[in-house]
Amino acid sequence: MGVGIKISDLNAWYGTNHSLQEIQLDIPANHATALIGPSGCGKSTFLRCLNRMHETNPIARVTGKVLINEVDIYAESSPVEIRRRVGMVFQRPNPFPTMSIYDNVASGLKLNGFRSRRVLDEVVERSLRQSALWDEVKDDLKKKSGASLSGGQQQRLCIARALAVDPEVMLMDEPASALDPISTAKIEDLIFELKSQYTIVIVTHNMQQAARVAENTGFFLMGKLVEFDSTHKIFTNPRDKRTEDYITGRFG
Amino acid sequence: MTQPAKIFVSESSTPPPDAKQPVKPSAVRTFLRGRGNSAIADGIFKALVFLCALSIFGIVILIAWELISRSHLTLAKFGLGFFFRSAWDPVNNDFGAFPFIYGTLVSSFLALLISVPFALGVAIFLTEMCPKWLRAPLSFLTELLAAIPSVVYGLWAIFVLIPLLRDYVNPKLMFTLGWTGFFTGPNAGYSMLAAGVVLAIMILPIISSLTREVMTSVPMVQREGVLALGATRWEMIRIGVLRNARIGIVGAIILGLGRALGETMAVTMVIGNRPEIVKSFLAPGYTMASVLANEFSEATGDMYLSALIEIGLALFLVTIVVNACARMLVWAVTRGAPARVA
Amino acid sequence: MASQSLRPPLRASNVNVFSRRIKSNIVSGLALLATIIVIAPLIAILFYLLKQGITSLNWNFFTKIPVPAGESGGGMENAIVGSGVVLALASLIGIPLGIGAGIYLAEYAGSTRMGNLVRFTADVLNGVPSIVMGIAIYALIVLPQKHFSALAGGVVLGIMMVPTVTRTTEEMLRMVPHAIREAALGLGVPAWRSVLTITVRTASAGIVTGCMLAFARVAGETAPLLFTAFGNAFQSTSLNEPIAALPLQIFVYAVSPYDEWHRLAWAGALVLIVLIMASVALVRYVTSRGMLKGAS
Repeated sequence: MGVGIKISDLNAWYGTNHSLQEIQLDIPANHATALIGPSGCGKSTFLRCLNRMHETNPIARVTGKVLINEVDIYAESSPVEIRRRVGMVFQRPNPFPTMSIYDNVASGLKLNGFRSRRVLDEVVERSLRQSALWDEVKDDLKKKSGASLSGGQQQRLCIARALAVDPEVMLMDEPASALDPISTAKIEDLIFELKSQYTIVIVTHNMQQAARVAENTGFFLMGKLVEFDSTHKIFTNPRDKRTEDYITGRFG
Repeated sequence: MTQPAKIFVSESSTPPPDAKQPVKPSAVRTFLRGRGNSAIADGIFKALVFLCALSIFGIVILIAWELISRSHLTLAKFGLGFFFRSAWDPVNNDFGAFPFIYGTLVSSFLALLISVPFALGVAIFLTEMCPKWLRAPLSFLTELLAAIPSVVYGLWAIFVLIPLLRDYVNPKLMFTLGWTGFFTGPNAGYSMLAAGVVLAIMILPIISSLTREVMTSVPMVQREGVLALGATRWEMIRIGVLRNARIGIVGAIILGLGRALGETMAVTMVIGNRPEIVKSFLAPGYTMASVLANEFSEATGDMYLSALIEIGLALFLVTIVVNACARMLVWAVTRGAPARVA
Repeated sequence: MASQSLRPPLRASNVNVFSRRIKSNIVSGLALLATIIVIAPLIAILFYLLKQGITSLNWNFFTKIPVPAGESGGGMENAIVGSGVVLALASLIGIPLGIGAGIYLAEYAGSTRMGNLVRFTADVLNGVPSIVMGIAIYALIVLPQKHFSALAGGVVLGIMMVPTVTRTTEEMLRMVPHAIREAALGLGVPAWRSVLTITVRTASAGIVTGCMLAFARVAGETAPLLFTAFGNAFQSTSLNEPIAALPLQIFVYAVSPYDEWHRLAWAGALVLIVLIMASVALVRYVTSRGMLKGAS
């Protein structure tokens, strides 16, 4: 089951660059929420603040509150614990090159000390089915390395890997931007399937994609959240002039 | 982040209104929520690898400490004068390191004199002129030669180089350059010149591969800029590459010098090991490293041992200074991207 | 083109262009010549070593211990075993320390002042003459114990391995794509575990070959063993006694007056060189290709 995310007064910096300014946002549970905006607008930074990946960069800094399931992830938890609850899929597929397909999917559990073979087998199969990869790889789960798959398959493998730890929230940072149209369509179908069970936040530069998969959309510009509303509203009747300019392509 | 981490309990929260099924945490989820933040394990691991890094300082300090504390006898007795005295008389406990310092310096500079022009030529050829297919095998060969043990070079020098020098090269040198005084006297083969040549061969791969690295790190734009002004290839190399890389090249040469100063086995096997200061390069000599190699395990008296260890201390300090200078010069050019261990 | 120009300055520089071209060609020729002059004898050295070594190598070399001077038929079995013992001890000391320091530099220190200081010290330590290391360990271990020992030999070679292993480990870890570290962190894997099981494992081929290179380098070291391991005419595997080593034996035999011993020295040199060639080739192979195949 997914849980909601409440963000208040969120600010983030890279060095002296104030890359996120005073973000207030409530992300509803069990929905897909899309974040759009031009390059460098802060949408990826925002996403990375939701599982404390932002702070892996030594010059990065964050202030403000992010409540996931009523727990302030910055004040009341550690990065490691948060990231087990909040799965992340990155822009480029990044399977572990030295591991088999099976080990890739099981890595989140195994590396956190989970040992039961029976449960692992179950989880691997379930996750690969959820990410629609099972039929393509079930015969060489332990023979082939994760890196031997095609780009689209690798990305679905990464989604399976994130699903295997049974997170409550899934963050996706332009998950289809490095993929061909067919793989992109598969990933979008997948997101559609998954949002009944997880809260999904997806960053995308592709507005059609946002329109296809997300109930709600937020528009970021220069480190600020300009507008957040139902996707339908954003794309048909935005309140803000800047949002309108962007979605109609009159921007920059 | 410093306060104890709170463990999430998803059951305690009310399910979202649009949930399609009641919240039932899976085995996996329950297990993972129960794992701590592993702050202690992380701290221990970081401390361990940090200790490993500190051990490098520890080694340097340990070497310095052992050398200083074990050479206090001669340090106290002769002071700095130790390095300017020529006596070497274990029976009467009278020691001076000058002949060894002289031999070390002369053989090393001889080596630089011979190898630098060739090393630069090779580096220029490999970076700027060499066809691609030839580059890999040639640089492999240089790397290989840098890795051949000193004792093997010495072996080769005894059986190939010295006869060659004695029978063919030295007579010609004596005939043509004898008037300078540097190439006179008995032609024994075992000599300063032989040591210089072996050292030159040994440091050539180091100098040329570092020079090559420095030259490659000069941005392509610099070359194109000069070429666009109508420069010939040599002018492009001279103005576009060498001028930008010169500090690093000096660093590479100094690094080669550092290697030559401390090189032991090959030199010991060919230099003749006689603590005399003779002008002729064809006469035998002695270096700091080779006197240590030859006499250390036989040094009986405390004073004798102290004198040898003080020579080791001097060698240690000199090579540290030389290497530190060289590294800084090379880093200045390759800009923080530290050079590969030569 | 330039010759059609009527402007005097360009005409004047025409002559210049010609002489500049000649100069350029002369220098290019010199560089080529230098390369040939250097490469040809170097190849000759290698071939000479190989030739002498192969004709001298036989089965006895590996199975017999040395016989007294003048007799023929001895081998270097004791030296090979001795080198094995000393090098095993050295690896036990040098490899963990070096890998740990390399992990620190690549994963924690970055380009901080501390990191640069460690790198710098490692590079400087790498330039300290091996004989000086030998003296320091002599003073540290041999003097207090009052006898030469395999232990002292292993410690000195182990210390010498540290800088090389450190720097290659760091280099190899830095080649691991950032995306792979992020993937591990994103799964909530603790940092230490992600470093050991993801980053280090991804770079393991490179790290292993780096260790081999360091191993091969100290395998040929003679000077620091002269007054630590010291040498031994008989077989010994005790850490507490003087022990023979291949490079030491080569040295002793090379400066001896006996042909039979010279033959053995060449054979020993060949064994060393094959070991070194193999590891240098392996390192090149691993760093140039294949190590991170598939990792985007």
